Amino acid sequence: MNVTSLLLVLVSIALLGYFGGYRKARALSSSAKTHSRPQYHGYLVALWALLPALAVLMAWTMSQEAIITRLVMSELPATAQHQSAAERSLFINQFKNLAQAKKSAVDESGVSLPNEEDDPLTNQAANRYLHWQERSQVARTLAVITLAALAIWLTLRRLRASFQARNRVEKIIQFIMMLSASIAILTTVGIVFSVLFEALQFFRHVPITEFLFGTHWNPQTAIRADQVGGSGSFGAIPLFTGTLLISLIALSVAVPLGLFSAIYLAEYASPRVRAIAKPVMEMLAGIPTVVYGFFAALTVAPLIRQTAESLGLSASSESTLAAGLVMGIMIIPFVSSLSDDVISAVPQILRDGSYAMGATKSETIKQVIIPAALPGIVGGVLLAASRAIGETMIVVMAAGLAANLTANPLDSVTTVTTQIVTLLTGDQEFDSPKTLAAFALGLGLFVVTLGLNIISLYVVRKYREQYE
Amino acid sequence: MNHTEKIQHSLKKRHAREKRFRLYGLLSVSISILFLLSLLGDIGFKGMPAFWQTKVKLDIHLDPERLGLGPNPDQDDLFQANYQRLIADTLTRMFPDAKTRQQRRALKNLVSKSAAYELRDAVIANPQLLGQTRPFWFLAKDDVDVYMKGRIDRNLPESQRRIKDYQLAWIDTLKSQGRLKQGFNTTFFTNSDSREPEQAGIRGAFTGSMLTMLVTLSLAFPIGVLAALYLEEFAPQNNRWVDLIEININNLAAVPSIVFGLLGLAVFIGFFGVPRSAPLAGGLVLTLMTLPTIIITSRAAIKAVPNSIREAALALGASKTQVAFGHVLPLSLPGILTGTIIGMAQALGETAPLLLIGMVAFVADVPHSIFDPSTALPVQIYLWADSPERAFVERTSAAIIVLLLFLMAMNALAVFMRKKFENKW
Repeated sequence: MNVTSLLLVLVSIALLGYFGGYRKARALSSSAKTHSRPQYHGYLVALWALLPALAVLMAWTMSQEAIITRLVMSELPATAQHQSAAERSLFINQFKNLAQAKKSAVDESGVSLPNEEDDPLTNQAANRYLHWQERSQVARTLAVITLAALAIWLTLRRLRASFQARNRVEKIIQFIMMLSASIAILTTVGIVFSVLFEALQFFRHVPITEFLFGTHWNPQTAIRADQVGGSGSFGAIPLFTGTLLISLIALSVAVPLGLFSAIYLAEYASPRVRAIAKPVMEMLAGIPTVVYGFFAALTVAPLIRQTAESLGLSASSESTLAAGLVMGIMIIPFVSSLSDDVISAVPQILRDGSYAMGATKSETIKQVIIPAALPGIVGGVLLAASRAIGETMIVVMAAGLAANLTANPLDSVTTVTTQIVTLLTGDQEFDSPKTLAAFALGLGLFVVTLGLNIISLYVVRKYREQYE
Repeated sequence: MNHTEKIQHSLKKRHAREKRFRLYGLLSVSISILFLLSLLGDIGFKGMPAFWQTKVKLDIHLDPERLGLGPNPDQDDLFQANYQRLIADTLTRMFPDAKTRQQRRALKNLVSKSAAYELRDAVIANPQLLGQTRPFWFLAKDDVDVYMKGRIDRNLPESQRRIKDYQLAWIDTLKSQGRLKQGFNTTFFTNSDSREPEQAGIRGAFTGSMLTMLVTLSLAFPIGVLAALYLEEFAPQNNRWVDLIEININNLAAVPSIVFGLLGLAVFIGFFGVPRSAPLAGGLVLTLMTLPTIIITSRAAIKAVPNSIREAALALGASKTQVAFGHVLPLSLPGILTGTIIGMAQALGETAPLLLIGMVAFVADVPHSIFDPSTALPVQIYLWADSPERAFVERTSAAIIVLLLFLMAMNALAVFMRKKFENKW
């Protein structure tokens, strides 16, 4: 049985368990007062039927592929055993593909596929693979259903009038809730480990100093390790400067526009204007980044190129300026809404004091409100910077792939995120330095953005405490 | 000069400065809004024509001999017959002036390659058509379509146009005979991706997006709500584990989305063996991405439920769990749903992590389950944006319009729910 139908069977077994528990508790309550209401007995039986069986099902499904592959390989004649790791993985791929083809042929026409063209060893392996897969599925179905039935029987036996079913159900639910909340920690751990593990493997191929301080980035040659000059160069400095350049352009658009918008909306605008302008500006943050990327690549970049050419400047078609400008517009709301919040949070007393001294509104804003709100504004800017550094689609679509070490915004540069996408969207071995390089870049990206987030959260929190 | 005079002197300057400052603010807001409008306007202008499609009417003589069919053809014969030849015959008969190889190829390219399949399906559905001459409306090739929408300037020199002079003459003839019409482009909604712009549609990508969203919603909503309830109602105060959870949630909300893609690639695909390119993998990654949003908004909604409600229920003998699920959760549900919709809208527009887990492959089939290879709507936009054909630019913008409409509808629903069910305590 496949996973979906097995799940359906499990749910129906659990439903049966619920009714079993409910009826038994009803029967008990006719003779004595039960501690918990009958439905809690039902819930308990159903939960016990469901949870262990689900856990087994998940563990089985996740591990069966690896176990079967190992089984098949160990069954093969000795010639197949003595292969290099690369040959082995190629062979495993081959027989899995063949097995897949055979399976779908049987599914569609009911006839098994003729196996003349294939190498007999591959064919044998594929057959064994299918055989074990079938066995495993039958065993899994049996195990899961038996476990569920056994759990129902055991739980039903324990039901008494004095049985504290509700407390037990609540304990289980609380445990599930804690697990749900802990997924956040699990995610962070998952990110750190997956990125760190692959990055460490990468640093075994390429020294970390070369990666961090090398000025030449050209991962393409790394595919052919045996060729002359085939070591590939993984100096990430051009990517870092490219990311920095685009982010700086974005911030120099977003910070003034966002800050002035926030000031205007918080201090000058009438409630009606504010009620319309604020959500409209926040729409900028809701538009998918792929849309901005399309706009930057097909509308803004040609426009900038034409303007530059009419001024006698040479501009590349994938200009840094286009990507930076559009990204700057995208992150305006990150600056403006956070600044708006902190500006509004500055106590009215400070304003009134300043007005009483004869200051104009703009003088009050510049000399009283902004200094008071500065930590919050800085927090917002840092958050926007972390967005800009981690932004992917705009730069993938509008910035180039050439790793130039330049500060000219009309030239094309590449960024960390662009390189991650290009390194991982082609077809290549999972363990080649090229793929691993993407994880090393990801590690850098994660560390930098995490640092920015922590600082900005800290700054904002510190500021909030000041006026509360 | 005393102080009063000094101040009066500088007053004019100060007021001018005040006005300028105010103007900067107004300008900033206007620039932001202007940019938003020009973005939407640009995409609307580029994308609207894609909702119309030019069709060509050809009178096809369904000659069994030219099709190479015997007197009693069976299903297989009908399926394999060369319908392309009939279309070429018809076009050559209509425009005998096409002499060179290049011109003959251009002539065939007036109609889409899908014409042969349409003809085949029509004949298989009704074999009585064989031997008759019938008019058929076929999809026009993308170049013809783009020209008909006025996006190719015929005053340009011939070498700079994608359509040559002789093709223009044919199109003019067809137009004068009433054989060209523009209708609503249903193909765009019923077809999946294709290499031919006129046959390309968003159905596959849309279905992929919906399947991905289904996975995300069915995981992120329950997990997010349970986590938020736990953190607000049950979590012990000053517990290290709980503090760690809170710090993690806040940080995950700001981790770049592409990092989640790396996680999905290494953990879900590399370690757990989830099929590559499948909506399941995409849904799992997007679940992890949207969870912080859902948890944070749900916590705010739960916090807004006043304590008196909890105390009243507890006083009547309800257990903590009964209070949480019987009272707090139903009362905060509108707020939680609002947050969920906003999180889902974010997930629907997300592209970068999906690229890393292989949802960028060219998929011409509509995915049927969450295990089939598929793409998603934003990824389809990314793929089409890379295609050089003019007609794909149009379709990219149209796909963006569809995506934006969906996002707007979701956000409008969220706003509506917040307004409608907002509890004032």
